[in-house]
Amino acid sequence: MSVNKLGKFAVIGLSAAWIAGCSTTATDTDSSTVAEDAASTEQANEATDSSDQAFGAGEEGALTSVIVEETEATEETAMDSLAGVETVFYFDFDKSIVRPESREALAKHAEYLVANPDARIVLEGHADERGTREYNMALGERRAKAISRYLTIQGVAASQIETVSFGEEVPVAFGHDSNAWQLNRRVEVRYE
Amino acid sequence: MMFKKWLSVIFTCVVFVGAARAQLVIEITSGADQLLPVAVVPFGYNGVDALPEDIAQIVESDLARSGLFQPIPRSNMLSMPSKESDVFYRDWRLLKSDYVVIGSIQKLTNNQYRIGFELLNVLSQKPVQKHSSIDVSARNFRDAAHYISDKVYELLTGTKGAFSTRILYVTAEGDKRAPLFKLQVADADGHRPQVVVESKEPILSPSWSSDGRDIAYVMFRNRRPNIFIQELATGKRQQIAQFRGLNGAPAWSPDGKKLALVLSKDNNPEIYTLDIATQKLERMTNHYAIDTEPSWEPDGKGIVFTSDRGGNPQIYRLDVNSKRVERVTFEGDLNTRARMTPDGRYLVTVQKNDGNYHIALQDMKTGRVQVLTETYLDESPSIAPNGSMVMYATTYQGKGILAVVSVDGLVKYRLPSAEGDVREPSWSPYFK
Repeated sequence: MSVNKLGKFAVIGLSAAWIAGCSTTATDTDSSTVAEDAASTEQANEATDSSDQAFGAGEEGALTSVIVEETEATEETAMDSLAGVETVFYFDFDKSIVRPESREALAKHAEYLVANPDARIVLEGHADERGTREYNMALGERRAKAISRYLTIQGVAASQIETVSFGEEVPVAFGHDSNAWQLNRRVEVRYE
Repeated sequence: MMFKKWLSVIFTCVVFVGAARAQLVIEITSGADQLLPVAVVPFGYNGVDALPEDIAQIVESDLARSGLFQPIPRSNMLSMPSKESDVFYRDWRLLKSDYVVIGSIQKLTNNQYRIGFELLNVLSQKPVQKHSSIDVSARNFRDAAHYISDKVYELLTGTKGAFSTRILYVTAEGDKRAPLFKLQVADADGHRPQVVVESKEPILSPSWSSDGRDIAYVMFRNRRPNIFIQELATGKRQQIAQFRGLNGAPAWSPDGKKLALVLSKDNNPEIYTLDIATQKLERMTNHYAIDTEPSWEPDGKGIVFTSDRGGNPQIYRLDVNSKRVERVTFEGDLNTRARMTPDGRYLVTVQKNDGNYHIALQDMKTGRVQVLTETYLDESPSIAPNGSMVMYATTYQGKGILAVVSVDGLVKYRLPSAEGDVREPSWSPYFK
């Protein structure tokens, strides 16, 4: 039953991806900058009990600096087979269709995840600045789920994948033009 | 006595610390066609030491910002009376001022003042508001001024003033790659900002409870969104939603008992309501499309929300009892993030036309739609509790700023911030 469903998604996903596959522009330099951010692991900072915080109290659970994150990422020796594999996947405006050029890298992630059933990933979806913030939260999630479906079709267990959306809140390019928007419409694969 | 005075100075400093720096400054960009000329005369004062604020100046700014009044410049005033018996009406007729606000400040104790004011009609030569007074401490001078503005506005327009209200907004400051997010609360004119919460992770969707005591907002923690509610006065905070997936768009019901919110725990974004006292969660929508951005109708019977179930995002109305859903917006390429005016007459949305995102107003009776703004990448509209103005976020000179437009589209002003991006305004209700 669920296999049928997945099959349908695959057909829709592939054909739609083929239709949408023309306008792909992200350059190598751009995406590798992004990829370094994406490979980051977060500080294992457990949210503490939340009540009774005064005005303006600083928040814990914050990101560590990018530099620290990069160092941690390179220390992940078990992930050698994924070295150099793209971890950022781009999307068309207001679309959540996996582009054809994303497939090769996604297949490698899928292969790794199938071979390492204990591995866990978070798919972090993002939107560009246009449109309203909560709608973009939903759109970012839809993109992350599109990647998630693509991976589960390749045999990755759903339990290995978590999808999270950042909406338009965490851009990687800061212009107000189509180049910046393209770089921001993305899903980042983050190994936990 | 000297010591006491010094203390009060320190106290003032503490209250305004971190505030003046990031203050929003108002720039009026357009006003109504016919402005009512009104003179706000500098208030008389019986004391010798400096006053904490220039009350008349604040009242004048408030009235000017409403876009309905044309203040008479002080430099043109022929006399500066502070009580009615000193007023020569012909002075004000000469200046073509229809109304005059006069007042006086009396120092009662070291930190207590009595502020009296009157509103006079120049043509009839009679008071519209007879002498009335309020007692305030030094730190409440701005409150006193806004109170006077509210009175004057209501007497001259018939609509309750909203100068004593406040706004919530989010700023992102510092390095763009690792900004510091701050949820701030300030007076409606951008003065006296205070940081409510700050985080290195994103904060969005602040909203007020109906009595203005509590707020709700979304804040990321450990790279995942959570919904918090917080009592403003004490800072006491509660994490109320941390489900897998989206936890977003909290909106308080008019009776203050429930929160509408968006969760995707059951696979895709749906509208839920949460009973705050019982923690009972009720799913309100059921559709494979995106359902988000809920906002209650003023009577609490319906929730308007954004859905792309018809292909493009448009606004739909959910009947809270029957859970029946009907489409509300039909004009424009898309409509998102609806808010309804307090009288239920108009629906404000972010509308996209020809690639541009603007604030639009739909008349719920006639269906007529008017685009109110012509700024860039407009979003997050929030309506003043008197229904006169819409505050929204826009992009100006490459920066996120707040701007305001009147519901008739005639009055426009910006509140640019000295530093960082400003976004996600939420206009408070009236405070009790």
